[in-house]
Amino acid sequence: MDDHILEMRGITKTFPGVKALENVNLVVRRGEIHAICGENGAGKSTLMKVLSGVYPAGSYEGEIVFDGQSVRFSGIRDSEHVGIVIIHQELALVPYLSIAENIFLGNERRGRFGVIDWNKANAEAGELLRSVGLDENPVTPVGQLGVGKQQLVEIAKALSKDVRLLILDEPTAALNDTDSAHLLDLMRRLRDRGITCIMISHKLGEITAVSDNVTVIRDGKTVETLNLHAGEVTQERIIRGMVGRDLESYYPERESHPGEEILRVEDWTVWHPTQDRKVVEGANFTVRAGEVVGIAGLMGAGRTELAMSIFGRAYGRNTTGRLFVHGKEVKPRNVSEAIDAGIAYATEDRKHYGLNLIEDIRRNVSAAALDKLASKGFVNGNEEVKVAEGYRRDMNIKAPSVASIVGKLSGGNQQKVVLSKWLYTDPEVLILDEPTRGIDVGAKYEIYTIINRLVAAGKAVLVISSELPELLGICDRIYTLSAGRITGEVPVQQATQENLMELMTKEKELAA
Amino acid sequence: MTRTVPPSSEPEAQDSTAPKDVAPAVALHTGTSNVRTLLTSNLRQSGIYIAFVAIIALFTVLTDGTLLSPGNVTNIVLQYSYILILAIGMVIVIIAGHIDLSVGSVVALTGAVSAVLVIQQGLPWWVGVLAALATGVAIGAWHGFWVAYVGIPAFIVTLAGMLLFRGLTLQVLDNISLSPFPPGYGDIASGFLNGLIGGDGYDAFTLLIGGIAVAGYAVSQYRSRIALIRYQQPVESFPLFVAKIVLVGAVVMAFAWQLAHARGLPIVLIILAVLILVYAVVTKRTVFGRQVYAIGGNLAAATLSGVKVRAVNFWIFVNMGFLAGIAGVVFSSRSNGAQPGAGNMFELDAIAAAFIGGAAVTGGVGTVVGAMVGGLIMAVMSNGMQLMGVDQSIQSVVKGMVLLLAVAFDVYNKRRAGASR
Repeated sequence: MDDHILEMRGITKTFPGVKALENVNLVVRRGEIHAICGENGAGKSTLMKVLSGVYPAGSYEGEIVFDGQSVRFSGIRDSEHVGIVIIHQELALVPYLSIAENIFLGNERRGRFGVIDWNKANAEAGELLRSVGLDENPVTPVGQLGVGKQQLVEIAKALSKDVRLLILDEPTAALNDTDSAHLLDLMRRLRDRGITCIMISHKLGEITAVSDNVTVIRDGKTVETLNLHAGEVTQERIIRGMVGRDLESYYPERESHPGEEILRVEDWTVWHPTQDRKVVEGANFTVRAGEVVGIAGLMGAGRTELAMSIFGRAYGRNTTGRLFVHGKEVKPRNVSEAIDAGIAYATEDRKHYGLNLIEDIRRNVSAAALDKLASKGFVNGNEEVKVAEGYRRDMNIKAPSVASIVGKLSGGNQQKVVLSKWLYTDPEVLILDEPTRGIDVGAKYEIYTIINRLVAAGKAVLVISSELPELLGICDRIYTLSAGRITGEVPVQQATQENLMELMTKEKELAA
Repeated sequence: MTRTVPPSSEPEAQDSTAPKDVAPAVALHTGTSNVRTLLTSNLRQSGIYIAFVAIIALFTVLTDGTLLSPGNVTNIVLQYSYILILAIGMVIVIIAGHIDLSVGSVVALTGAVSAVLVIQQGLPWWVGVLAALATGVAIGAWHGFWVAYVGIPAFIVTLAGMLLFRGLTLQVLDNISLSPFPPGYGDIASGFLNGLIGGDGYDAFTLLIGGIAVAGYAVSQYRSRIALIRYQQPVESFPLFVAKIVLVGAVVMAFAWQLAHARGLPIVLIILAVLILVYAVVTKRTVFGRQVYAIGGNLAAATLSGVKVRAVNFWIFVNMGFLAGIAGVVFSSRSNGAQPGAGNMFELDAIAAAFIGGAAVTGGVGTVVGAMVGGLIMAVMSNGMQLMGVDQSIQSVVKGMVLLLAVAFDVYNKRRAGASR
């Protein structure tokens, strides 16, 4: 008989008009790493909010059994009290406070008279940091750490609360490969110490690498729980459960017919806005009609900076170089001139830079091309709805109507709104910065299909991505960027992850 | 999740001339909405109207009907018009995510400039008006420059402006009050249009204007309804639509009736109505208005969508200065002179009006009409308490509590909406 630390039985959670979870069952064995996967909007986060008490007992139907006891949480404090800690995708650390202060925030180590004993706190924090393999001084402000290290601080914080069931929501979404590997390793060690982990992730490679079991959720229902130690559970097998069908391929087929050159960038150099250094140096590249061109580079290579500086000098200073659209030189001084020149740039971080989350789909779609809907400065609101409605259908944005607030959509649907906004500006060249970050497999496939439709219509698409398989799957040509310099141009037929990675790290070797 | 568009129960709104939509999902959202959704879909907006009606009812009872007497209704309009004018500009500033603490001082300075020219120099009244407006615009440009082009938070810039322009007011007036204005100037805030077409015991002209306003409202509502149907968008059911117009019409006519039985149509009411109409359209329908909401909703996203953020911010403050100039003229006209301490604390009333009217502290949300209702709630409360002879100190406490509770209600609503996902 298996030893179950957690059983969630028949969980049903309804919001007005929407059934978010329907009779979901989740069984987690003691001391395992249990992955939960499903498309965005499938109900993973809602399930975790039910478990952690964000949605208090009574607001859902069903039963939660933790460690053999039926539990009813009325808030997060209750669930933390029994040892359930959730680490959200958006880290909840205070950047100006030190590591130790963050770890004990809300759980302060009080000495006599209720005064915090900082020596004790720092010493304890140091020990916790060692246990998560983070070599930092506990008095360092958290804001000075990278995202990967902040993640470790979050885990140290969870350990300080005597965690027994640790829930990680997309723990590696913002991490680079080294940090991800480190985190996964730490999860294994925590498991060996007897801490049960639930991991929500889109990265199937990670799931198959570390988890013992994976539960697949689709449309608010449990589809299946697969034991990764029993037989062949491949990534394709998990995807089939998530989307309810076989994806023949991650990437839709496309025939490549590059036409004339649309975008040419010559000798592009960008300085950091405040520091005295070049972020991009002497970059040359072209994108042709009907062509998807990739830019591959590690974090900090200057990918986003390159794109944003082209997009009406939205980044950097002292930018020099020449920019040609359809062979004609353009000199956009600001974003609206760049849009007029036929350039569109969909940002990497759609929540902070791409969308007005408190507005509806309609107003987000029209935001970059309001002039097209206006005459003499007056916006035709009805025409606007018609346009947005058209994109909602074309892009398959899953929302009740174009009056739905964008902040309430899932990541994939938000990204489709961003794409709609830029397509409505009718660009010649579309720059997509990490177009599929944090969105699920099904929506990724849809985004790729949209990209294919664009190039089929003769547009030029430039894709920036840190996922090499993605670039290999959708691009015709790939440029590699390393420390602000373009270090290579590889046709996709000759590109492999290995030779791209070699080019992406070229500069570093030279410097060494 | 609060659904803004309910599933249709009767698909009769499909217009046969419009292209048929094949997607069933769209047909689902083309239809009619009922009273319940009208109220609940935007509780934040409807909540304030309900509160407004309740407060009027409460004070009508408490004052034995004096609140709604013809003379008092006229009084409320005259007494609070300048706050409402300021609140129009303020809500736009707040939607964009800024604040303006200086408007009280600007009201004082613009009024002082006008008074010096008209009273001391003996220039015609309209010179004073133009000079006051020009001063307001110049001050707005000054604030706009620092906020938009230098990048200093509006809180600091306008706090400095509050001190700066109060000081300049004292300079301009040489520390003394100026009064009285020659006749003509006083009509701006205290004059009436009446007797133009007669009437026995009432002013027929006022009723006529009221009637024209109602007719204009009905026509514009009908036209936008036709347009909505043509674009296959949800509209209220026809009886509800008629009921809404009849209700608004009845309220406007009742208001006009009361005015007609007092002193007629206040000139300042005409100024105010024109401003409300113009700015409601500017914020709702123009590119500029949209850009204001975009900046307040997400500054970075607006910048990266090609909004010229600096220019928009600059003009927001120029506009605020302009409206403060109008308020300065109206206030100096009403008080028939300029005092060094004029306009003290006006900024707080204007800010309170905007927030009670549903503007969000974080920007991106708010309406001109909401701010007007918010301002009127404050006005009716102050006026009602004055009629009841409530002590000034208690009045202040009550107003403070109302502001706090209004924003608390807003926060509660938002949390409810947020938690439902």
